[in-house]
Amino acid sequence: MSTVIDDHGHAADHAHGPAKGLMRWVLTTNHKDIGTMYLWFSFAMFLLGGSFAMVIRAELFQPGLQIVEPAFFNQMTTMHGLIMVFGAVMPAFVGLANWMIPLMIGAPDMALPRMNNFSFWLLPAAFLLLVSTLFSPGGGPNFGWTFYAPLSTTYAPESVTFFIFAIHLMGISSIMGAINVVATILNLRAPGMTLMKMPLFVWTWLITAFLLIAVMPVLAGCVTMMLMDIHFGTSFFSAAGGGDPVLFQHVFWFFGHPEVYIMILPAFGAVSSIIPTFSRKPLFGYTSMVYATASIAFLSFIVWAHHMFVVGIPLVGELFFMYATLLIAVPTGVKVFNWVSTMWQGSLTFETPMLFAVAFVILFTIGGFSGLMLAIAPADFQYHDTYFVVAHFHYVLVPGAIFGIFASAYYWLPKWTGHMYDETLGKLHFWLSFVGMNMAFFPMHFVGLAGMPRRVPDYNLQFADFNMVSSIGAFMFGATQIFFLFIVIKCIRGGKPAPAKPWDGAEGLEWSIPSPAPYHTFTTPPEVK
Amino acid sequence: MTRHPHVWMGLLLWSVFSQAQAAWTVNMAPGATEVSHAVFDLHMTIFWICVVIGIIVFGAMFWSMIVHRRSTGQVAAKFHESTTVEILWTVVPLLILVAMAIPATKTLINIYDSSESDIDIQVTGYQWKWHYKYLGQDVEFFSNLATPAEQIQNKATKGEHYLLEVDQPLVLPVGAKVRFLVTAADVIHSWWVPAFAVKRDAIPGFVNEAWTRVEKPGIYRGQCAELCGKDHGFMPIVVEVKSKADYETWLGERKVEAAKLKELTSKEWTLEELVARGDKVYHTTCVACHQAEGQGLPPMFPALKGSKIATGPAADHLSIVYHGKPGTAMAAFGKQLSEVDIAAVVTYERNAWGNNKGDMVTPKDVLAIKQAESK
Repeated sequence: MSTVIDDHGHAADHAHGPAKGLMRWVLTTNHKDIGTMYLWFSFAMFLLGGSFAMVIRAELFQPGLQIVEPAFFNQMTTMHGLIMVFGAVMPAFVGLANWMIPLMIGAPDMALPRMNNFSFWLLPAAFLLLVSTLFSPGGGPNFGWTFYAPLSTTYAPESVTFFIFAIHLMGISSIMGAINVVATILNLRAPGMTLMKMPLFVWTWLITAFLLIAVMPVLAGCVTMMLMDIHFGTSFFSAAGGGDPVLFQHVFWFFGHPEVYIMILPAFGAVSSIIPTFSRKPLFGYTSMVYATASIAFLSFIVWAHHMFVVGIPLVGELFFMYATLLIAVPTGVKVFNWVSTMWQGSLTFETPMLFAVAFVILFTIGGFSGLMLAIAPADFQYHDTYFVVAHFHYVLVPGAIFGIFASAYYWLPKWTGHMYDETLGKLHFWLSFVGMNMAFFPMHFVGLAGMPRRVPDYNLQFADFNMVSSIGAFMFGATQIFFLFIVIKCIRGGKPAPAKPWDGAEGLEWSIPSPAPYHTFTTPPEVK
Repeated sequence: MTRHPHVWMGLLLWSVFSQAQAAWTVNMAPGATEVSHAVFDLHMTIFWICVVIGIIVFGAMFWSMIVHRRSTGQVAAKFHESTTVEILWTVVPLLILVAMAIPATKTLINIYDSSESDIDIQVTGYQWKWHYKYLGQDVEFFSNLATPAEQIQNKATKGEHYLLEVDQPLVLPVGAKVRFLVTAADVIHSWWVPAFAVKRDAIPGFVNEAWTRVEKPGIYRGQCAELCGKDHGFMPIVVEVKSKADYETWLGERKVEAAKLKELTSKEWTLEELVARGDKVYHTTCVACHQAEGQGLPPMFPALKGSKIATGPAADHLSIVYHGKPGTAMAAFGKQLSEVDIAAVVTYERNAWGNNKGDMVTPKDVLAIKQAESK
């Protein structure tokens, strides 16, 4: 008995709880608080970016111009993309990393807690700046989330300068977040937690962090060159002064292609924890999963020009980028085969995290198939910049990245809140999202193949029916996400108390601590055998 | 007699589907050139490869999801690796990819061979229209969207070729190898005609090559495929492919017209004639930015109604239209429009929407600028 009391006294001295009031959140250096803030911020951005998507789909509901002018439509497509990529998906994964990496490797916190605080608080500033441009004279960014020069330089609205500054802030935030992840994983692992014992979520995040550190500076360089062209008379991207608009695309996609893997690798990791849990069977091919992730990361640096097959790259270049892109199918295939083999002969149950994870594997694979088709350069001459591409990247991002985030959220909500979420509502959320998402994005393959270009506010009548179906699906998917907010709040406020390990098939250090996770965990490192 | 219902049903279904065919198209069209057929074949090959892999992978998944459920009393197996299987599913996809890369490479090499062309056409993208120049033929023209604004604003019934119709289509002869030299005057555009499987970015300051040889006469439609600003969705491409003889006739007529246009410069114009001509020019060339009532879309596209420029000295007004305004979307129309059209549109802008200056700019004034510049 006396030892228990001693322990308690010891804990009260050092492991104090959170500060009270608003300053807790402003000044916190606690990885769980910062993780929570990242997740809420990302969800707020998801709803904002989603509402822009609703404007787009409402305008495309019927042919003709009904709701918005083309100039505003372009701002909506641009802001939708920017906010979803930089505001919703990336911060959500950083939030998950903050919460889960220390718990998974048995660390007391992130390695660089003050920098952690700063990297979060840069984001609200960056997005306030970005979104405020919508109210500026001339409107916000209207050149697509890929902001190709010279549309984004010589021909841009004046607010482009604010956009550039916002991108810089987001980049600084991401780089700091990534450095923190690398420092944490490489230095704070519990004794016995060797690299090849780390959960795959930790592995994929380690690799993602290196990708971020490598490419975010490239994006910063890209927008800085834009800034110079706009305000300081240089001509990086203008042929009139000896520059080249295509240079912009090379630099942008050198960032942009690894970026798409930044948005999917952590989801790969999370799903690699969730599928074994609900299959009650160890992950198939752990080692090959690690190598496949590393191969994908490497290949992501040498395929960027497949986004530029029609800009007039010389034949040899075109062939190189086609072959390199096709190669990505190999490690990606290995991952999918591994997940399926993990399920094979398991003892499967389908709680909400598993439903999202299974849908992830199926629908991400469909996105992978269209990716394989896009890799065939001559065929890409037909697909490029059509709705087929829109369908492709939404299939890898919505049921890929976003379903991965939903699966993770449901999987770890009991650990975060100490309550079980409402399983019936969770399943309803899944099915509404699943149907809505497929209804929104599957017909886009058809209109794309039939010849509808992307980023247009109006279209020929032949595309009308499928566009209406898409819009209805999109409204359904959008409305469903408000329902998710309700489920999460309900789970925070109450519900069945969650045990330390709510999933009987789960493995990992995060399940060895109570639910909800105490404010400070693993102040004494656990022993990993 | 019992067969009748089936026949009727069949007819009904047929009529429903044939009517709906245009609206529910789910696949790429094979197109009208050798290259577009090759591309279509590649598309279908890779599609079927994906279907087969999909059936295997998803089949295994669904089998597992149905049979290996805990509710069926399934006890989980323990295996978690198999080197043989893992090597197999790395090597087999690799072989499939190599098999796919071979025909793709052949087609790509063919697409890149734009040598020995019969006709060369320079295609220039402008915000938001296309310009075609038949090299060595002294024939060139702009191709603007022909869909009336009423249809876009839902005030009139939309036609079959809504947003896919132009005032002057590009005309090509059947069977000839046509080389396109694709470039742009302002931002990046992309010239795309699906039936030819030709899509090439039009990049300001650079010239890209593409080619086609169309097998059948007909009208082929496409659109700009690269976001190029506000009216990106409103700059279609229409190509009319004619028999060799018809093409020659057409080319001859265009040359005569070009000569006539030159004569118009020396004609004595009245204010009314210029305003009437300027009205048309304005509504094809200027209306997208400066809007039907001259109200513009400030601050990106300033109003002309009551503006300092349109009501100030005529020479300054003409100069802006002729030279454009660098750093803005206002292009230099001196390179785009004929002397008559520039004179007409400036005169129109000075006398429309209550600007009532009552003065005019003549084609000779425009010619004077042109000659001063060429010295």
